[in-house]
Amino acid sequence: MRKLLRLCPTFGLLLGFCPALAVTTALTNALGMGLAFTFVLTFSNFFVSLLRRFIPEETRIPLFIIIAVTFVTITDLLIAGFAPDLYQALGIFIPLIVVNCIILGRAEAFAYKNTVLAALKDGLLNGVWFTFGLLVLAGIRELGGAGTIFGFQALPAGYVPTLLLVLPPGGFLLIGFILAAINEQKPDA
Amino acid sequence: MKILAVSPHLHSGVTTRILMRDVLIALTPAFCAAVYFFGWRAAALTLTCATTAALAELLAAKIFKKENNIQDLSAVVTGVLLAFCLPPSLPLWMAALGSFFAVFVAKELFGGLGCNIFNPALSGRAFLLASYAAYMTNWTRPFDAVTTATPLAGAAIATVTSAAAQSFNSLASYKELFLGAVAGSLGETSALALLLGAAYLLLRRVIDWREPFSYLASVAVIMFLAGQDALFHLLSGGLLLGAFFMANDYATTPMSTRGKLIFGLGCGVLTSVIRLWGGYPEGVCYSILIMNMFVPLIDRLDEHKK
Repeated sequence: MRKLLRLCPTFGLLLGFCPALAVTTALTNALGMGLAFTFVLTFSNFFVSLLRRFIPEETRIPLFIIIAVTFVTITDLLIAGFAPDLYQALGIFIPLIVVNCIILGRAEAFAYKNTVLAALKDGLLNGVWFTFGLLVLAGIRELGGAGTIFGFQALPAGYVPTLLLVLPPGGFLLIGFILAAINEQKPDA
Repeated sequence: MKILAVSPHLHSGVTTRILMRDVLIALTPAFCAAVYFFGWRAAALTLTCATTAALAELLAAKIFKKENNIQDLSAVVTGVLLAFCLPPSLPLWMAALGSFFAVFVAKELFGGLGCNIFNPALSGRAFLLASYAAYMTNWTRPFDAVTTATPLAGAAIATVTSAAAQSFNSLASYKELFLGAVAGSLGETSALALLLGAAYLLLRRVIDWREPFSYLASVAVIMFLAGQDALFHLLSGGLLLGAFFMANDYATTPMSTRGKLIFGLGCGVLTSVIRLWGGYPEGVCYSILIMNMFVPLIDRLDEHKK
């Protein structure tokens, strides 16, 4: 579990905290965010890598953002059109995928320097692991804070939800404790 | 052992265990008052919190493989203090969970005795208030356990609905506030019992007079200037409990004389602001927790002074 969580950019690289805190109050939102994010990251990585010979070093950051914006807009309109409930729940955090540091991080650190296929694979995997991290967080928060899993009652009806978990401080605390647990240095390691 | 104060370090022969035992003795009058006013449920809550706190301490020692500090009684004190800020009607399992959070999360995960940033008992209360707000604000009247508002909450409503800001006296007379026959959490009802305990601690020199003094004085002055009834504000809510038993916790308050005064002043200002304009009728818990965060800064003021 520790190794799996380290693969997630949020826990391994400490990137992408904004969505990790904001949308992980429910599993459905986390899954939606994760999929939207994976889509954007995969395609932005693909195009950054494809165009890396035409992107001048000096203006690369704005150009990365323009590439990412294209796919964020596509995602934004698709979700608004086909999943209005999810669109309501995620709100501003879909447009904010643009400035997610994982997108820029992968574009700058990987896609700009590697071949198209490698960049595609890198984007897809990072997206999948990010989704996994979101789901772990959201699972704990939704189960404890609402007693449900994907909106279905998972705990006995008498369960009194621990609201703190779905409030922002609970998100911060939970991420902190998960980080502490996976970064703990074993004396013999 | 981590050295926090500037040298010379005098060893006075006083151990944590003796200090904590004194605190427990000082809390006894308030405990008796709580049992008298709220019945055996108060005792059950206190016992649950203290036991869970001790178990959490044991568990932490086992998981983190460190020396078991349960004999120093600090966890038990945390448990009792937490119980004193809970409403008497709170389900026991919630009290236990809050106590576990206080000791395991707020104290042990931050490094254990002396290393925690936030007052553990108040962190436990903040956790419970955020998680189970409805249960944590279900106040009952002494003796007959009928649900009612606390004097402070009543005063907050009164100031909003009627222009007469001085309508407190009808809600709870000074005598009732002083003796404790008012709704509230276990340990905050009786001012008399708390003052008895505080006097004992001051006599034994377990606590410093500076934080309680600057805390209470600043609340009184601000309330007076704001045209409120200062005595009512001193006697009601958790102010006395917070000022004498929580705002001078060794680990989470400043070391220096000046720092202690600043800490008390900050708590007083925040409490008054929350009581006057905040969304909560009571602000002792959050003001002490907020000031806890400033302790490293306050300590730095006196770092290089000899």
